[in-house]
Amino acid sequence: MDMVLQQIINGLTLGIIYALVAVGYSLVFGILRLINFSHGSVYAFGAHISMLFIGFNFGLVPAITASVVITGLLGVFIDKTGLEPLRKKKSKGISALITTIGISYIIQNLLMIVFGSQTKFFPKLFDYGNFTVAGTVVGIRQIVIFAIALLLLAVLTFVVNHTKVGLAMKAIEQNQKAAHLMGINVNSVITFTFFLGGSSAAIAGTLIAGYYQMVYPVMGFMVGLKAFAAAVLGGIGILYGSIIGGLFIGLSETFAATYLGGSYRDAIAFLILIIVLLFKPSGLFGKKTITKV
Amino acid sequence: MRNTLGVFSRVRLFIDSRRAIMLPVAIAVLLVLPLIIQSQYILRIMVMIGVYSVLALSLNLVTGYTGQVSLGHAAFYAIGAYTSALLSTKLGLNFFVTAPLAAVFAGICGLMLGLPTLRLTGSYLSITTMGFCEVVRMVLLNWESLTNGPLGIQKIPKPMFFGTPLNLANRGLYYLMLAMVGITAYCIHAIVRSNTGRALTAIRDDELAATMMGVRAMRHKVLAFVVSAFFSGLAGAFYAHMINYIDPNTFTFDTSIVILSIVIMGGMGTMTGPFLGSVLLISFPEILRFMAEYRFVVYGAILVIMMRFRPQGFLGGQQLTSYRLPKHVVRPVSGREN
Repeated sequence: MDMVLQQIINGLTLGIIYALVAVGYSLVFGILRLINFSHGSVYAFGAHISMLFIGFNFGLVPAITASVVITGLLGVFIDKTGLEPLRKKKSKGISALITTIGISYIIQNLLMIVFGSQTKFFPKLFDYGNFTVAGTVVGIRQIVIFAIALLLLAVLTFVVNHTKVGLAMKAIEQNQKAAHLMGINVNSVITFTFFLGGSSAAIAGTLIAGYYQMVYPVMGFMVGLKAFAAAVLGGIGILYGSIIGGLFIGLSETFAATYLGGSYRDAIAFLILIIVLLFKPSGLFGKKTITKV
Repeated sequence: MRNTLGVFSRVRLFIDSRRAIMLPVAIAVLLVLPLIIQSQYILRIMVMIGVYSVLALSLNLVTGYTGQVSLGHAAFYAIGAYTSALLSTKLGLNFFVTAPLAAVFAGICGLMLGLPTLRLTGSYLSITTMGFCEVVRMVLLNWESLTNGPLGIQKIPKPMFFGTPLNLANRGLYYLMLAMVGITAYCIHAIVRSNTGRALTAIRDDELAATMMGVRAMRHKVLAFVVSAFFSGLAGAFYAHMINYIDPNTFTFDTSIVILSIVIMGGMGTMTGPFLGSVLLISFPEILRFMAEYRFVVYGAILVIMMRFRPQGFLGGQQLTSYRLPKHVVRPVSGREN
């Protein structure tokens, strides 16, 4: 029983991070109908920049803030250099997809060249010890991670649902051309979305790096995949769906690792993805879209 | 009109309009070349170009002609290589028996993966195949009793042709590669020229419109994917017997990206593109040694730059020679002849 409780706590901690990354997929997908392949690499980039700045000893908060801003700007840069020209040319969807694959690959390999491909030590964040409840060890670290991620998700949900930019995002999601005619600056809203996606990925990357105390250039690959599975499970494009999907994937991963052995723990998210695609491709909370001519 | 053509289109027009001569000349050159080249190093690169041509031709059927981006071709390549290697090392079968079996098995895996994912839009296929690639590698690493885990499979025998082992020194491997490339190119060309091929391009250009015209989109997409997996498996089997040693790290996501870059650079939806792309991208790390560290960055950059400036690839784009109607189809008689 203690074991189960312990796994639930570990799973939720991991799951909320996946949720944070999944929201990044959902935001971009909602607005552009594009799966942003570079998201996993942006996440790894954020973790590396955090490591770099924490090494400068400015203090923890300025370092992470700097990393969040820089990674957000990377998101903007990706959109401005890679994707906006394609939108202007009215290229096919496949072009944007291949571009994000290429960008992801460039970032990942540049990280390898600059920082080295080996696993590097990341300082422990917010280590305030553990406490025990009903025979279960709970790290305060885990609670802090959970709280920060939850706060961030709340902020993101607020931005999307209750601000002017959020309204513009929803308008673009429904009909890009009509939104443009209503005086919405479509390109800057899309750019802003990429900034949000990039900065939330940076926070997720930093939190998970602090949790496991390590960073490596390909760290975004598996997390990106799992977060994508989470986004699809909850219904891609729907924010609360991504959060619930992320928690579910985190929990199933920790349980699979405990009861089925650690070597296939990364495969469980993939299995869930395939099952969702087979039986309910629109996800748990997604509505079935009808293609109109 | 001809003056407005870019340099790439001119090259293409030159090749396309002289296809009847170009093809035999190219084949003759390829047949004679190994007799002139003595260096085994160069021969090895040429054989690798052949292997990647097969991979790129097969991916091109899915990505170029059907418009679905697969990032999992390294997985089918791995499945082919491991199946053939295991059959020959454990059961002692000849390459000419194991290779077709390996290709068929890769095709079956393609069917299993294609059925759930191809019902949806293309992006789902991309990310699922990417995950599939990783899962296959995980299985190869962890199923130690069968695959020998991270140590890989050693001492895979060379293909035996009537009692003679085919290797680089006696040029046997080279000609075997040539035969494999020839068979693949012929089959893919035949598919592309057939009814099925036209259905595939219709799906690529507008899936909804194609469905309205009575094309069974799902069935055709799965068919293209399975055929593609089949030939990737064949390439994998050849690779295993050529190198004699395989391990899970040969078949990573990197390989999938290399294959995709080849297709994109050469030209999606062309028969010549995969060859040009393979020649350029497989020989470049050998020629530009100082850039070896950056080679994967270059592959990524190729994807981005090509999409931005020339999405149809070097040899892609509008067809410049008149469309040859298949047999039994009569060109409608009209006043204006194109």
